[in-house]
Amino acid sequence: MVQSYKIVDHTYDVVVVGAGGAGLRATLGMTAAGLKTACVTKVFPTRSHTVAAQGGIGAALANMGDDNWRYHMYDTVKGSDWLGDQDAIEYLCRNAIPAVYELEHFGVPFSRTEDGKIYQRPFGGHTQRYGEAMAKRACAAADRTGHAILHTLYQQCLKHKAEFFVEYFALDLIMDADGTCRGVMALNLEDGVIHRFRAHMVVLATGGYGRAYFSCTSAHTCTGDGSAMVLRAGLPLQDMEFVQFHPTGIYGSGCLITEGARGEGGYLTNSAGERFMERYAPSAKDLASRDVVSRAMTVEINEGRGVGPAGDHIMLHLEHLDPATLHERLPGISETAKIFAGVEVTKEPIPVLPTVHYNMGGIPTNYMAEVIRPSEANPDAVVPGLMAIGEAACVSVHGANRLGTNSLIDLVVFGRAAAHRAAEVVKPGAPHKPLPANAGDNALARLDRIRNAKGGSTTASLRDKLQRTMQAHAAVFRNTKLLSEGVEKVNALAKGLDDLGITDRSLIWNSDLIEALELDNLIGQAQATMVSGDARQESRGAHAHDDFPDRDDVTWMKHSVAWVDEKSNVSLTYRPVHMYTLTEEAEVFPPKARVY
Amino acid sequence: MAQFKLPANSTISEGKTFRAEGAKRIKRFRLYRWDPESGQNPRLDTYEIDLDKCGPMVLDALIKIKNEVDSTVTFRRSCREGICGSCAMNIDGTNTLACLKPIDDVSGDVKVYPLPHMPVVKDLVPDLSVPYAQYASIEPWLKSETVPPPDKERTQSVEERAKIDGLWECILCFCCSTSCPSYWWNGDRYLGPAVLLQAYRWLADSRDEHKGERLDNLEDPFRLYRCHTIMNCTKTCPKGLNPAKAIGEIKKMIVARA
Ligand SMILES: Cc1cc2nc3c(=O)[nH]c(=O)nc-3n(C[C@H](O)[C@H](O)[C@H](O)COP(=O)(O)OP(=O)(O)OC[C@H]3O[C@@H](n4cnc5c(N)ncnc54)[C@H](O)[C@@H]3O)c2cc1C
Ligand code: SF4
Ligand code: SF4
Ligand code: FES
Repeated sequence: MVQSYKIVDHTYDVVVVGAGGAGLRATLGMTAAGLKTACVTKVFPTRSHTVAAQGGIGAALANMGDDNWRYHMYDTVKGSDWLGDQDAIEYLCRNAIPAVYELEHFGVPFSRTEDGKIYQRPFGGHTQRYGEAMAKRACAAADRTGHAILHTLYQQCLKHKAEFFVEYFALDLIMDADGTCRGVMALNLEDGVIHRFRAHMVVLATGGYGRAYFSCTSAHTCTGDGSAMVLRAGLPLQDMEFVQFHPTGIYGSGCLITEGARGEGGYLTNSAGERFMERYAPSAKDLASRDVVSRAMTVEINEGRGVGPAGDHIMLHLEHLDPATLHERLPGISETAKIFAGVEVTKEPIPVLPTVHYNMGGIPTNYMAEVIRPSEANPDAVVPGLMAIGEAACVSVHGANRLGTNSLIDLVVFGRAAAHRAAEVVKPGAPHKPLPANAGDNALARLDRIRNAKGGSTTASLRDKLQRTMQAHAAVFRNTKLLSEGVEKVNALAKGLDDLGITDRSLIWNSDLIEALELDNLIGQAQATMVSGDARQESRGAHAHDDFPDRDDVTWMKHSVAWVDEKSNVSLTYRPVHMYTLTEEAEVFPPKARVY
Repeated sequence: MAQFKLPANSTISEGKTFRAEGAKRIKRFRLYRWDPESGQNPRLDTYEIDLDKCGPMVLDALIKIKNEVDSTVTFRRSCREGICGSCAMNIDGTNTLACLKPIDDVSGDVKVYPLPHMPVVKDLVPDLSVPYAQYASIEPWLKSETVPPPDKERTQSVEERAKIDGLWECILCFCCSTSCPSYWWNGDRYLGPAVLLQAYRWLADSRDEHKGERLDNLEDPFRLYRCHTIMNCTKTCPKGLNPAKAIGEIKKMIVARA
C-alpha cells in the first residue's frame, strides 16, 4: 500500500483550481457572492500564463467605428467553422461588452483613444456588418493586455480578501460513486504535505496543454492538468483535435508576436518578398483567420518560397510603421523581437513561423460553465459539483478555430458566469455530506507511484518524444498516414510511462516530481488529440486533412468526445453542435463556405 | 551574550562537478544548491555546458542541466519570455530574469544564486511571502467614490493614461527590492522599491480618488523613508522600469501637500 502521507483537510463552499484570468475572475465573483472560496494554484497568481497575452480582448464597444455584438457573434461562428455552439457564442458576445466595462471599472490600464475611451485595434477575422470591412474590436492595453488584466484581477481578489493556496499542485478530483464531484486533492510544494479540499463546487481553470508540442507560444506550466484530472475521473474531453497554430511565433524561440502587429499594419512576405496573403485571402489578407494564415504560410514554405538558408520561415514586416506607433502600441513585442530574434523592428522584418498557441478543445461545458458528461440519452447532461472555465474548457465558443482576442473575453465572461451559477446552486455554508471513505486514495497512489518511479527513462526524454511526435503528426496539415502513425506512437508512449524514473525523492519543492506528474497529464490529452484527429475525416478550422480537404457538414458537424480509460485506451463518441441561440434577439447563422 | 557563530547556512561549500565530455565550446555554470531536507550546508555545484547544444539564455542552460544532467536542480520558471517574473535570480552578481539573460553576456563562469537576502526554500527558489504581503498592504486596487457609468468605461485622456506608463508594467519579480541595501537591512519594515513603485502606480492613476489616504499610509520613517536613493533598484530592473524615480515622486507628493 501507499506510504502514509500527512493529510490536511479543508472544507469550502467552492474550490477554484487555477489563478489565471478565468480562475481569478471566478474566485473574485464567488468570494464577493459570500461563498467561502479557496483558489488553489501551482504558480503565484500573476505568474499564470494569462500574463503573456498581448494583443487585446474582444468586445463590440464600437469606440472606434461601427460595431455590434451580433457582428462579433457572426465572426466567431464563422471563425469556428461552424463547430461552435451558437447559444454559448451569443452569451459570449453579448456579455463581452459589460465584461470589458467591468474590467475598466476594476482598474485595468487600457490604452485610450483621443476622446478618452478604451482603445481598440483590428484583429484577424473580426469584421463589421457580417464581413463587409475589418472592425476595430480588440480592446488593448498596449501589447500587454493579459498582464494588465491578470494583475488587475489579482488586485481585486486582494480587495475582496480571497483565500489563496499558492504553489499548491492539484492532483486529482474527488468523485462520489454517483458521479458527483466532491472536492480535490492537492500537494503543497513548500513542504510536500497533502491537502484534501472538500467543496460543493470545484471549478477547473487550469489552462491549456500547449506543452504537448515541441514548439509553442505557451509557458512551461501549460500542461492542462485539470483536463487530465477530468480524464482520470472517467469524464471526457471535447474537440481535442483542434489545436491552433498562431501564424507569428518567433522562428527558433517560439515566443509570440501578437496578431495586433498585423492589426496595426504589419504584413507577411515570402522569399520573393511577395505579400502572399493577398492570394489566399483577397479581402482580409494578413488579417484572415489564424488557421487560414498559418496554412498559407505552410504552403509557401512547402512549395519552396520560405525565407532563410533552409527556406523554413516567413518574414513579418513592421519597419514601415511609424516608430511612435511601435513605441506606444507595440512596445512589448519590439522588446521581445530584439531579445529573441535580435531584430530591431523599426529597421528589419521578424522571422516567424506558425507555432502551437491555443487549444480549442477541452472539458465540455454549457454556457453556465457546468461540466457536461454527454450520454446517449442526454448529450447535455451536467456533472454535479464540477465546473470548467477558460482555456481548459470547451464551452464551445471557439469551435474548430478561435479568433484572436476571444480567449481573454472567454476567461472573464465565463469566469463571471461560473460565479453567478455557483451562487445559484450553492448555499453559503451549506453542510457537507461525509466524503467517501477512500476519498483521495487514487490521487495518493498515483503520487506515490510517480514519486518512487525507478524506471530507465527520464521525464525530459519521454516528454521530448511526446512533443516531437505531436509536432510531426498533428501539425498544421495532417493526413491519414501521419495521424494513424501518430496514434500508434502516442499510445506506445502512454504505455512507455511505465519505464519513467525520477531522481529527486524529496518532499520540499520537488520539481522533478511535478514535471513527471505534468508529463503524465500531457500524455492523456495528446492521445485524445491524436485519436480524435485520426477519426475526423474532413477539414474544418484548425484540422486541415490532406486526404479530406473539404468540410463535411452532413457527417462531421458534431463535437468529438474522447474518453481515456485507466489502461490508456481511448474511445470516441460524438455530440451535436448547438445550432440554436439563447434568445430571440440573435439569429442562428447557418453554415456556409468560409472565405476571407 | 554575543554570538560568535555564523548563522546557519551562511557557509557555502564546494559541491560536485559535472563535465561535458567532448564538447568544443564549454561554459561552466556554478549553481547554488541547498536541500533543506539534507541537513547539510549549501554548496556550489559546477555544470559544464556545451554551448553548441544549448539555447542562448541562462534559463535555457538551467533547463538543459535539469533535463540532461541533474534533475534535482530546482528553480522557478514559466513564461520563458520575461513577463511572468518567475525566474528572478542572481546571475553573475546581478539580480535579473534568467530567461532574458544571454549566456554570452557573462564572461567566465556563470554564477547563479537565489535572489539575495530572502529565505531560501530550496536551491534557487526564494521565499517571497514577505514582499507579497507588503504588496497587499498598500491596497493595490483602484479606489474611487465616484460611481462609474454603469454601461460605459470611465474616460481617461491619453495624457493622463501616459502617467502610469513605466509603472503598471511591473512583473513583481522583486529583482529590485532584493538588490536594495536598505531593504536587506530593514526588509521587515521598509516596503522596498517594487512595492513603492506599485504604490506610486495608484497615486499616478487619474481614476484613483484616495491619494490622501495612500500618502498617509506611506508617510512613515520606515515604510517609505528608508530609501536613500542608492539606485541599485533602477539599475537592476530587467524590465527597464525606474522604481527610484517613482519613490522620488512619492516623496515630492508628500512635500507638496504639507
Ligand atoms: C503568448 C500568448 C499571447 C496571447 N495573447 C492573447 C490575446 O491577445 N488575446 C486573447 O484573447 N488571448 C490571447 N492568448 C490566449 C490566452 O492568453 C490564454 O488562452 C488564456 O490566458 C488562458 O487563461 P486561463 O485562465 O484559462 O489559464 P492560465 O492563465 O494558463 O492559468 C492556468 C492556471 O491554472 C493553474 N494550474 C494549472 N495546473 C494546476 C495544478 N495542477 N494545480 C494547481 N493549479 C494549476 C496555474 O497555476 C494557473 O494559475 C495568448 C496566449 C499566448 C500563449
Ligand atoms: S533607490 Fe531607494 S529603493 Fe532603490 S536601491 Fe536605493 S535605497 Fe533601495
Ligand atoms: S520594478 Fe522591475 S525589478 Fe522591481 S519588481 Fe517590478 S519589474 Fe521587477
Ligand atoms: S520564465 Fe517568466 S520571467 Fe522568466
